[in-house]
Amino acid sequence: MGDQMQWARFRWQRLVSAEASYSREDTFSSRRCSTTYQPSRSGGKHRTVIPCLARFNEEYEKVSKSYMNNSIRTTKYTLLNFIPMNLFEQFHRAANLYFLFIVVLNWVPVVEAFQKEITVIPLVVVLTVIAFKDGLEDYRRYNFDKQINNILTKVYSKKHQQYIDKCWKEVHVGDFIRLSCNEIIPADMVLIHSSDPDGICHIETANLDGETNLKQRQVVKGFPEQGFEVNPEKFNSRIECESPNNDLNRFRGFVEHPNKERVGLYKDNLLLRGCTIRNTEAVVGIVVYAGHETKAMLNNSGPRYKRSKLERRLNVDVLWSVVLLLLMCLTTAIGHGIWLNNFAEDPPFVVPEPNGKQTQPALAGFYMFWTMIIVLQVLIPISLYVSIEIVKLGQIFFIQSDIDLYNKKLDSTIQCRALNITEDLGQIQYIFSDKTGTLTENKMVFRRCSIAGVEYSHKDNGKRLELYQDVDSDDEEYQTGTLNTKSDLKAQSCKTLNRPRSSSSLNTLTDRCPSLHVGYAQTDTHSPCHMAFSSRMERDVVPDPQLLRKYNLISSPSFMPDESSESGSLETKYIIEFFLALAVCNTVVVSYPNQPRQRARFPDIGRTPLKSLEEVKQLFQRFSVRRFNTPSSLNGTDSLSNSTSSFTSRLSIFKTRTKTPTLFKGKEENISESSQKDQPSENQPPCNIEYQPEVEEAAGSLPSKSESTTTQPGAGELNYEAESPDEAALVHAARAYKCTLQARTPDQLTVQLAAVGDLNFQLLHILPFDSVRKRMSVVVRHPVTGQVVVYSKGADSVIMDLLDNSPKDDIQLEKILRKIKEQTQKHLDDYAREGLRTLCIAYKVLSDAEYEEWLKLHFLAETSIVNREELLLESAVKLETNLILLGATGIVDRLQEGVPETIEALQKAGIKIWVLTGDKQETAINIAYSCKLLRPTEKVVTANCNSKDCCEVLLNTLIKEIGESVHGPSGGPGSGFSLVIDGKTLEYALHESLVETFLELTKQCRAVVCCRSTPLQKSQVVKLVREKLEVLALAIGDGANDVSMIQVADVGIGISGQEGMQAVMSSDFAISRFKHLSKLLLVHGHWCYTRLANMVLYFFYKNVAYVNLLFWYQFFCGFSGSTMTNYWILIFFNLLFTSAPPVIYGILDKDFPAETLTRLPELYKSGQSSEAYLPSTFWLTMLDAFYQSLVCFFLPYFVYADSDISVFSFGMPINTCALLIILLHLVLESKTLTWIHAVVLIGSGLFYFVFAVIFSATCVTCNSPANPFGIMEKYMSDPVFFLVCVLTTVVALLPRFLYRYVQSILFPTPTCKAAQFDKMTPEECSREIKA
Amino acid sequence: MSNRKGPPGSQPFMKRPDNTAFKQQKLPAWTPTLKAETVLPFFFLSGVACITIGVLLIITAAGVQEMKVDYTEERDCADCYSLRLDRAKSTSDCACTVSFSLSEAFKGDVFMYYGLTNFYQNQRHYMVSRDDAQLVGRQYNLKNPSITCVPFDKYKNGTPIAPCGAIANSIFNDTLQLFYHSDKNTETPVPLLKTDITWFTDRTVKFQNPSPKDNLTAAFSGTARPFYWRKPVYQLSVEENNNGFVNEDLIVWMRQAAFPSFKKLYGRLNRTQEFNDGLPAGNYSVKISYNYPVGKFKGRKSVILSTVSWLGGQNNFLGIAYSTSGAITLVVAIILTVVHLKFRKKPLGLEEE
Repeated sequence: MGDQMQWARFRWQRLVSAEASYSREDTFSSRRCSTTYQPSRSGGKHRTVIPCLARFNEEYEKVSKSYMNNSIRTTKYTLLNFIPMNLFEQFHRAANLYFLFIVVLNWVPVVEAFQKEITVIPLVVVLTVIAFKDGLEDYRRYNFDKQINNILTKVYSKKHQQYIDKCWKEVHVGDFIRLSCNEIIPADMVLIHSSDPDGICHIETANLDGETNLKQRQVVKGFPEQGFEVNPEKFNSRIECESPNNDLNRFRGFVEHPNKERVGLYKDNLLLRGCTIRNTEAVVGIVVYAGHETKAMLNNSGPRYKRSKLERRLNVDVLWSVVLLLLMCLTTAIGHGIWLNNFAEDPPFVVPEPNGKQTQPALAGFYMFWTMIIVLQVLIPISLYVSIEIVKLGQIFFIQSDIDLYNKKLDSTIQCRALNITEDLGQIQYIFSDKTGTLTENKMVFRRCSIAGVEYSHKDNGKRLELYQDVDSDDEEYQTGTLNTKSDLKAQSCKTLNRPRSSSSLNTLTDRCPSLHVGYAQTDTHSPCHMAFSSRMERDVVPDPQLLRKYNLISSPSFMPDESSESGSLETKYIIEFFLALAVCNTVVVSYPNQPRQRARFPDIGRTPLKSLEEVKQLFQRFSVRRFNTPSSLNGTDSLSNSTSSFTSRLSIFKTRTKTPTLFKGKEENISESSQKDQPSENQPPCNIEYQPEVEEAAGSLPSKSESTTTQPGAGELNYEAESPDEAALVHAARAYKCTLQARTPDQLTVQLAAVGDLNFQLLHILPFDSVRKRMSVVVRHPVTGQVVVYSKGADSVIMDLLDNSPKDDIQLEKILRKIKEQTQKHLDDYAREGLRTLCIAYKVLSDAEYEEWLKLHFLAETSIVNREELLLESAVKLETNLILLGATGIVDRLQEGVPETIEALQKAGIKIWVLTGDKQETAINIAYSCKLLRPTEKVVTANCNSKDCCEVLLNTLIKEIGESVHGPSGGPGSGFSLVIDGKTLEYALHESLVETFLELTKQCRAVVCCRSTPLQKSQVVKLVREKLEVLALAIGDGANDVSMIQVADVGIGISGQEGMQAVMSSDFAISRFKHLSKLLLVHGHWCYTRLANMVLYFFYKNVAYVNLLFWYQFFCGFSGSTMTNYWILIFFNLLFTSAPPVIYGILDKDFPAETLTRLPELYKSGQSSEAYLPSTFWLTMLDAFYQSLVCFFLPYFVYADSDISVFSFGMPINTCALLIILLHLVLESKTLTWIHAVVLIGSGLFYFVFAVIFSATCVTCNSPANPFGIMEKYMSDPVFFLVCVLTTVVALLPRFLYRYVQSILFPTPTCKAAQFDKMTPEECSREIKA
Repeated sequence: MSNRKGPPGSQPFMKRPDNTAFKQQKLPAWTPTLKAETVLPFFFLSGVACITIGVLLIITAAGVQEMKVDYTEERDCADCYSLRLDRAKSTSDCACTVSFSLSEAFKGDVFMYYGLTNFYQNQRHYMVSRDDAQLVGRQYNLKNPSITCVPFDKYKNGTPIAPCGAIANSIFNDTLQLFYHSDKNTETPVPLLKTDITWFTDRTVKFQNPSPKDNLTAAFSGTARPFYWRKPVYQLSVEENNNGFVNEDLIVWMRQAAFPSFKKLYGRLNRTQEFNDGLPAGNYSVKISYNYPVGKFKGRKSVILSTVSWLGGQNNFLGIAYSTSGAITLVVAIILTVVHLKFRKKPLGLEEE
């Protein structure tokens, strides 16, 4: 509460003080993150940061003592605590506890089965293996930390009175740090100086969130913003900010100057650890959070843990094993009791207790129960868990090594982020896919538009796009070679300071975070460095001739606005406004390619057609740029226009309703006041000296280019970095019509309008996009008219409702407007049908009074502390009313290559695919058709309702309809049903009472398309289907809006693409293309599942078969828990001799080659129905294990019965038989055998023999009761031994062999058939499938 | 070059996986497909092989002769049997004789075994109750028997028992003497060798007397005999080098039998004079000094005479098992062949339908 109060007070102070004119809402918006990072309310305490200088030493010590320094330690252990900590961690696992329990049990004298030391071995081995693994991982982390901790950075030192190099780990809270361009930020710090004259700096947060666009940060108000650097010596303010928290998008605090004046701090002032400084020569900041308290580190969470379906199934069977174990132990216990009871008097072979008395049979039986648990412990396949982990690691290794899943363009391969659900990939039944960026490339290309109700089809543009379809792929190939030289050149001009640091920074946050390397081939020749730049395909928009003609007419010098025809002038006005809106209404950052991270702020002088005018303007612009808040553009243009009459006439198109700005006066005063404060800086040399050469160098590096493009100077070299690809597409489209966005500063937008020249729009507000409003707006002051104009663009559904419907004086105008609206709506529908993404463009002119009124509200909203977001939203909504529709755009988002094929294959594999998209219904349906999700042959039913009741009725009718047609005569196999449902209806359908009906309906449908769905709905649907239908669901998506869906699904797949890393970070697997999904699921998924399932079954079999041998022996030793095997061999049998083969089997076995699996997606169905691991398979395997153990025990028994064979001599052939049977069983079960199998199998066998021989040759008194001395040697020379081994092995394996043979010959399951297809020609194969 | 982040000169496709057969899982592999062409011959061959081996084994086993005489309650041994039921009279002597006849001569080496049934030498606690370190002759262990021997490790006064443990304590202590009756009145003792009836490794390495080896009385001084024994361990035999821990009867007994019914080697025929070729056919008798009580656990005792082949003792089971498995395999093979011939078209010939 206290904090709240303090904040409120502080806010109020700020409101009152008039200077607060800065808090512009951050444009590099947080909308992506806001869905995932819930703001964590820090627990009250604030942090005070005091400069780390001698002057404040005392206070500093007091305050900052508790703050962490910047050294990080991500290791779990230290050298000292490794053993205890690791043991502690390991004993948290149930499996290890079981081992421990066995060990402890064996220390109880009455139940002791083996020597005490022997039972410790498995535990020790398992613990050691895992400890070793953990240790190695930790050591890697340690090295990594060390590397990061020792990166150098420049820290201000009081002693040296200058910035000196220090390691990252030596940075403390309160230190001043100076960073240059391209350096990585070592800790979270408040920006107090930037070499940029505007006091801003750019950071790249790719390391943090994968977004590659630059984010802008601002120097704290009140600090010198230009020219000279802050002298840390003179810094005597203190900083108060919130306690460390993990919210990347929030930072609040204030700086308190010595005179008690307070200046607020926002996230705009904070430089985050791990980000890279770009485009700014030098910055100075004071560290506020360091080391583990930085936001980046707090956001760093470990890998995910999920339990796969197979594992859940396996756990059930482990429980069965426990039941079996208990049964066996109980049998023995009861047997022992009865056996003891049989003897009237104590026989000589029943050893009395140490006190000479005999144990009561019942008690002895009870003891025996526990003894047997020790003896038969192997039955619980503990080593199975360790083996599964190893197998999965191996499987992941192979998935990641698959070259088919490698994307050359991005130089990225699949990332497996979840390590333990590989086998789930083989059992997927439902796929929920996002559309944009997942099915499509998310490369938005302007396709066509409609302005003022007139459609411009851009035919040539369409043709161009088709061409690219083919060229694009070849493109990369040849460009690789030719571009080298250019990019080398690039490397020089792009001042790459501290390159190695950059590369290491990649890993500061999560070493799994892939660097989004951009295939530079994809970007244009001059921007090899950056991915946010659009590809050539996106940039080169071919203008529509008709529109171009109209447009040129306007901008031609001879054009005079035709006052006579109202509609004509309206149209021309609309066209201009439309393109201005495209160029202005966005958050695109402009940069020049030759200095890619250099913000475009100095348009080249002397290359514009309007030379003289431009020169004047440029000069003025420079001047205005230097001074921060001057409303220069307006005045400048006006004054210029007075002097040049021809220019004025051209600009007259804007002046249909010119008014001189009146409101502006008041604000101007404020601003001039603030610029007064900045006066001293103007006295400084205007250009930063370091800065200048770079600009010149950059300009000099492309003389040839500029010469060749004299008509459109500079335009070809601009790069736009947009937050969303749609924006860039629109800006590129505008540029095609020579309405070029030239530069952007926080307060100003420069648009170059063909013949007119540069127009400087004063940027007043940006109301960023959010998913509730579904639109964005910018508020600018028009440079010519001086009016405040709101440009909006957004989804047609919302914009259409916001249009100005108020009755007009002019009936004709009203008519025209209505007509435009109707026409545009018609065009919008056409676009959607074509599969284009539609946006509506609208604008409105605000009177100064209106603006002022709104500004007040908005200002209040911006500065409010409590529910600021809601207020801002409200304010935005208030502004975006009574819009005038300008037109609409259609943007095409091409399907990714291979999508239709992939979807077809996945559907053949029996996977139901749902597409969940936010797009319009028509767009969604169209895309669904083009990616073959929907087929022309089948019926598509659409569900659109406005009420719940309607929805209920509709769903029921649809079910009935489908049911009828399926059972009816027309219901052939080819005709399926697909459902298209919109967001509203979906909401009703997801209502509790309708859920069942809805699912019933969807079960009948082959594919479902949900359009207009929100992220929340997406995750709801996934959750619902997953839980209610009990199926394995996979969700795939690329954007932040898919995150919740990805997290909810059994398997979440992120597509690393254009939309940042949010989806990837929350996914289990990250791929770069949708088409990789088919290989991932159909091949790797299938393999992983069958491999693991077979291995698990084999493990159960192995354990049961071996342990039963011991059990059978109990019938011959008075149920006394004796074993006929040497204890060491008994323990090692499972641990060493037979552990490697199943692991190899689980990693390498292939039931079908990859080609077959790709060719016959139907094979995937076996995994969906868990064919490889059904309960019946489990019990069949168990039965086989019982049979084999019976043979393996009783055949030797009958051979040796009544002979003089000794206990351990009898164990020797049994053990050998068991080993042979178990190994050969694996050979029988393996579908493929490679040299690795051979080596491991033969190696295991040899290892056993060598071990047994050496052991029995050397162990004279060791291992007392079960002393194997001489046994092996004796039996190795006995022919009976070999005869027994051969016969036992053959007889034991015969049924399984027979079963496999009969199965493959007589009852070929689809899978078996497919094995035969391999040997057929493709024609035969396809005939076979049809049949 | 293209890498925005990589150091200068880094390769363009750094992350591209290696295109090796191993990593792409394309190693040349043998696919064990079960086709009739390979499986059926295999079945036939293995069937024939098994039958052949089985027949051979049966023939071999038939050549082995064995004679087993149960003397537990046989004739006058019945008295001894009931006498031994009474623990109080455990030290009183009892002797009896059982006679039998061999219809055929036992040619070659003949071995004499004693057999016990229902005696669980493999009972876990019993099996453990021994001290290998003591038996190998270590001084320390001789005086300090292992804890595994409890309660047969020490007398109440603390005198250690040598050899300690339940196994040694319950040693089979009947003495058997075989006589050959060439006619009704003559009674020729059949000479038996009591040496080399154990494993070579046992008598040379695993069992050793404590030093001084030439004076066993001194060597074993300070120890006492097991509870049930009548004589100390150094008086087990009159033969000098078959005494103490290396006494072969002891060694034989100490190798625990695998099953409750077992036989243990008692001696081997000394092939001299009339027994040069083995045991002639005719009447024999065994004089038994009946000491070992088996009534408590309903056990049986017997004397077994047997010759050996390369297979060891009489062992019909192995041969029968081989023949049977061979026969079954053959039958299966024939059925499979019929099925294969009849249905061959089906699996491979779908395209012809």
